[in-house]
Amino acid sequence: MSFTVPSPKDAILAAQNVTMRFGGIVAVNDMNVALPQGSICGIIGPNGAGKTTLFNILSGFYTPTEGDVLFKGKSIRKKSPDRVCKLGIARTFQNIRLSSQMTVLENVMVGCHVRRHCSWWMAALGLPNYYREEDEIRDKARALVEKVDLGAMQNEKAGSLPYGAQRRLEIARALATEPSLLLLDEPAAGMNPQESLDLLHFIRQIREEFNLTILLIEHDMKVVMGVCEYIWVMEYGALIAEGEPAAIQENPEVIRAYLGDDFVKGH
Amino acid sequence: MRFNRTTFICLALMAAGALFLTQADMFLSNYQLYILKLFFINAILALSLNLIYGFTGMFSLGHAGFMALGAYMAALCILPPEQKEMMWILEPIIWPFSELFTPFWLAVILGGLVAFVFALFIAVPALRLGDDYLGIATLGFAEIIRVLLTNATPITNGSLGIKGIPDSATLLTCYVWMLITLVVIARIVYGNFGNVLRCIRDNEIAAQVMGINVFGYKVMSFCVGAFFAGVGGALLGSHLSTIDPKMFNFLLTFQVLMYVVAGGLGSLTGSILGAGIITVLLEWLRAIEEPMDFFGLVEIPGIPGMRMVVFSVLLLAIILYRREGIMGSREITLAGIGRFFRRLATRTAGREAQ
Ligand SMILES: Nc1ncnc2c1ncn2[C@@H]1O[C@H](COP(=O)(O)OP(=O)(O)OP(=O)(O)O)[C@@H](O)[C@H]1O
Ligand SMILES: [Mg+2]
Repeated sequence: MSFTVPSPKDAILAAQNVTMRFGGIVAVNDMNVALPQGSICGIIGPNGAGKTTLFNILSGFYTPTEGDVLFKGKSIRKKSPDRVCKLGIARTFQNIRLSSQMTVLENVMVGCHVRRHCSWWMAALGLPNYYREEDEIRDKARALVEKVDLGAMQNEKAGSLPYGAQRRLEIARALATEPSLLLLDEPAAGMNPQESLDLLHFIRQIREEFNLTILLIEHDMKVVMGVCEYIWVMEYGALIAEGEPAAIQENPEVIRAYLGDDFVKGH
Repeated sequence: MRFNRTTFICLALMAAGALFLTQADMFLSNYQLYILKLFFINAILALSLNLIYGFTGMFSLGHAGFMALGAYMAALCILPPEQKEMMWILEPIIWPFSELFTPFWLAVILGGLVAFVFALFIAVPALRLGDDYLGIATLGFAEIIRVLLTNATPITNGSLGIKGIPDSATLLTCYVWMLITLVVIARIVYGNFGNVLRCIRDNEIAAQVMGINVFGYKVMSFCVGAFFAGVGGALLGSHLSTIDPKMFNFLLTFQVLMYVVAGGLGSLTGSILGAGIITVLLEWLRAIEEPMDFFGLVEIPGIPGMRMVVFSVLLLAIILYRREGIMGSREITLAGIGRFFRRLATRTAGREAQ
């Protein structure tokens, strides 16, 4: 079965001619990306290619200088990150951003917050439905912590976990917001080969279980080629290639971008 | 409210405390009662600042301003109209403040509300700033409040201040308000809303990505803190019976900050402990401001302000050697106390067996 890039209207997420300039730097240059519902896709490219910047645009941290971002057919170009999250986009960070002083469970509970109905004053008054919801949140967070195999460490400080566990915790926290689209920024960074392999299965598993669409940035080619159905390749902010994993591996432009001109000429 | 054993023990302890306080004048001198009341008020102030600074990480130096608003509002509410008419000699007091006359509990709540509303106005420009800038901005706003109070003579009696405020803040009232403050803040802070506030404190960007309206929750924390600062100010004004704009200067904020830092940022019981220890310590230290006479050999004349010097040295010591304060971010809990006594018991039993 071959992969077809959907039209922006049919895609769950579509970046249309997105450009991001910081002063003189063009960090993202006229990018077009469109994800079909339920797919797992990847963005690769050498360091400084603008991948994280694109994520920051998709998650509402930057308003693109030009172009538009559509989520489920509606523009989210001007939306703030918290609004974007409410709409159903969750993400993780390349440099992990957990509350290191808080426990594993508390970190995931923060993720549950966005879907709660009670307001803070109900907590202040100690109303019964506040306590009921509080219990639900705790149970939901526990289940997610179990899901990422951190059940035994749920009361440890997040900062004391090993690197790989922190990455999984960040994913659990993102899942707690009940997203329909998950953006993963280098989820395998700092993991050993076994951990990356587990991650690969885990990504497929959560896609099924939570009915997700996943877009990931990754340098670990085993993960990218193993899990992605379609790949966009960036260099200096611009798209240099796109296609299915097998085609991308053969693409001379991609090989040049990753390994340098000399390598290509030498062969 | 959640009805389990812990709740019942806490309620029982609170009731026992209240019962003790109604009988306290039998065991304690007037001076000791005065200190005890001051401690309750200071604990309210410390708890409210801890919500803002300790749990939400907003370095706010505006506490004295909010206290001043609460104190003035409450004083205007509980002074009888005739007395107000006599006291405002620079300019006559204007309506509706001239006619305002409410019971004390309402006066305290109104004091808190005025501080709350003012905090709401300050929040919009100030809370967009971070860290030290927020500190400077809130400090500025507190000064603005002071200047306003000094110059709004038809309402505040200007620099003359307000004297003879009825001492309606009884020991029990202050105690109950401290409990209300503790329970309300504890409920906000020790649930998922507290997790949200701490997440904002630790990593604002992560909080945003989790769909948290960071600015909204900062405003909430700031305004709830300001409300209780206003309540504390209202009680303090009635307790001291005299207020004027000068007493709500930066030093007062600094003192509250001391309680919080000494007790531990992010620990409510720590704030109460910090307020208690420092309130008592400051009273003891009054002794060193008296003239001293060492066996008739050396005579030191009294130096007013000496205790603030000692106090500052103490603060330096805390910052240098124990930055997390007495409690850090831990709390004294019933379970914790139970564990402590059980450990003590097993240790004694072990020693007897040897
Ligand atoms: N806020 C900003 N202001 C100015 N320049 C920025 C900003 N954010 C990113 N850039 C620049 O944009 C370019 C792309 O950065 P980005 O972090 O998106 O790269 P990346 O593809 O994620 O790289 P890596 O693989 O190293 O994570 C870099 O040259 C960076 O310096
Ligand atoms: Mg990056």
